[in-house]
Amino acid sequence: MPATTSRSTIFAFLGPAVISLAVIGIVPLLYAFYTSLYFFNLTKLKNARFIWFENYGSVLTDPVFWEAMGRTFRLLLISLPLQIALGLVIALVLHRPGLGFLRVLTRLSLVLPMATTYAVVGLLGQVMFNQKFGVVNQLIGFLGVEPVNWIGDPFNAFAMIIFLDVWQWTPFVALVLLAGLTTVPGEVEEAARLETKNWWTILRHVQLPFLMPGLVAILILRTADTLKLFDMVFTLTRGGPGSSTELISLMIQRVGFRAFDQGVASAQAIILLIITIILAQLYIKLLYKEV
Amino acid sequence: MAAEPGTSRSLAAQIALMLIIILFCVFPFYWMVTTSLKTQVMALEAPPVWLFEPTFANYVTVLFEDGVLRTLINSLIVAVSTTTLAIMLGLPAAFALARFEFRGKKDLWFWFITNRMISPIVLALPLFLIVRNLGMLDSRITLILIYLTFNLPIVIWICTDQFRSIPYELDEAASLEGASQWRIFRSICVPLAMPGIAVSGIFAFIFSWNELMFALVLTRNNAKTAPAMAVSFMEGYNLPYGKIMATSTLIVIPVLIFALIASKHLVRGLTMGAVK
Repeated sequence: MPATTSRSTIFAFLGPAVISLAVIGIVPLLYAFYTSLYFFNLTKLKNARFIWFENYGSVLTDPVFWEAMGRTFRLLLISLPLQIALGLVIALVLHRPGLGFLRVLTRLSLVLPMATTYAVVGLLGQVMFNQKFGVVNQLIGFLGVEPVNWIGDPFNAFAMIIFLDVWQWTPFVALVLLAGLTTVPGEVEEAARLETKNWWTILRHVQLPFLMPGLVAILILRTADTLKLFDMVFTLTRGGPGSSTELISLMIQRVGFRAFDQGVASAQAIILLIITIILAQLYIKLLYKEV
Repeated sequence: MAAEPGTSRSLAAQIALMLIIILFCVFPFYWMVTTSLKTQVMALEAPPVWLFEPTFANYVTVLFEDGVLRTLINSLIVAVSTTTLAIMLGLPAAFALARFEFRGKKDLWFWFITNRMISPIVLALPLFLIVRNLGMLDSRITLILIYLTFNLPIVIWICTDQFRSIPYELDEAASLEGASQWRIFRSICVPLAMPGIAVSGIFAFIFSWNELMFALVLTRNNAKTAPAMAVSFMEGYNLPYGKIMATSTLIVIPVLIFALIASKHLVRGLTMGAVK
């Protein structure tokens, strides 16, 4: 590395990117913080006034906020273990040698759910889970199950969101774990296979250490993505019925753009931002060694 | 499961599992495309029909009567412009991160990762107010600039990694011959980094093309993008399912093509390089 690069050269290379990202990425955050200190409702602009941290007080004591937060983490706590279990099975199946063509085909098909526009997943859910003419009810009907009201029932709607989240993100988990499995040195794995034929023993004692970095990445990124999750749920249920699928991002969007209470919504957004910053810190600390 | 590889029973199990995985991944996609080829009457048949005479009427209607074509063009303009801009701004920054030592490098890195994780609603609230005050609502330029918040970090990350993989001796040799850093960057490193640049471009394109929150909040009519348009079909009873699925298919196809091209790099890109 050259120690001789002048500061002006460094600035010439970095400046444009850093300045533009600061203008569009940091200025709005400062503005959100500023808004969060005001009573600021778009329908009552005349009453706007500085109220210090009152919005934060009301957000932190607002059961609706905590319910949305709880719902978001409930989704994470149910769908993430499912994604990891299914993803692990897929990764192990793809890691086994042989059947080259079918393996390539499987790998490519895993790209499909990940690439599907999040908003489209929600629209697709509307069509497939419709009570009367949805294909899901038709398929479970073959198994003798009565048609289920997916979209209109609070419990079922949440189950449907879990299903679609699992559909979309299990392939991601599988590919990350598969990448981990390929880092196990060949001779180590072969030696272990001579010792035992039990796949669980091999997984637990030989492969698991190599899967750890991937699992940490999955844990943090899925948490961040669940806190971000908006498009799919918005196009599918808009948070309903009632507030049964109103995750944190949807709730902030409702308060800010449908109740027009920008002050409170900004305070909620800043709280969400703080959680995100903590997650990003963790991600860096645990996963990047070189920087 | 416990059977050893190579035995016919375990082979059959492996084939069966792979077929199930493929079916699970592909089926919703298949259902989207087939529904888009049904008439409204057919789409509302209960139970749903599997065999029918396909028609492209939904595509013709959404593209030429409902204005989806215009929103697809908007999406294309926005995604291509923001990707180009992200690469133009991000490439030199990536070069600096790969080649120069300076204070605050770690903080810069941290900031990029935070941008990857931040919920769009956090930015959408203040940006709506700012953009409204500037009189820039419903403009493609607004979206192009705002999409840089997630595109720039991804381009910088992938390209930094790519520049690091180029042997530093090449820089040194050029430097001895009197080439400036800018010249080394332009004539040596950028041409060699082309694969990484292409991958980062694909990612930036996909993320912009798929984006919904900002498009929903910041556009009305003129600058409306295709995902925002698809959502606007969702109003009222008797939803036009065929049309919605036709629009959805039109949105997903380009993404799918790009994602398959970049499929080897998908994990790297989605984890910001933490998993290679």
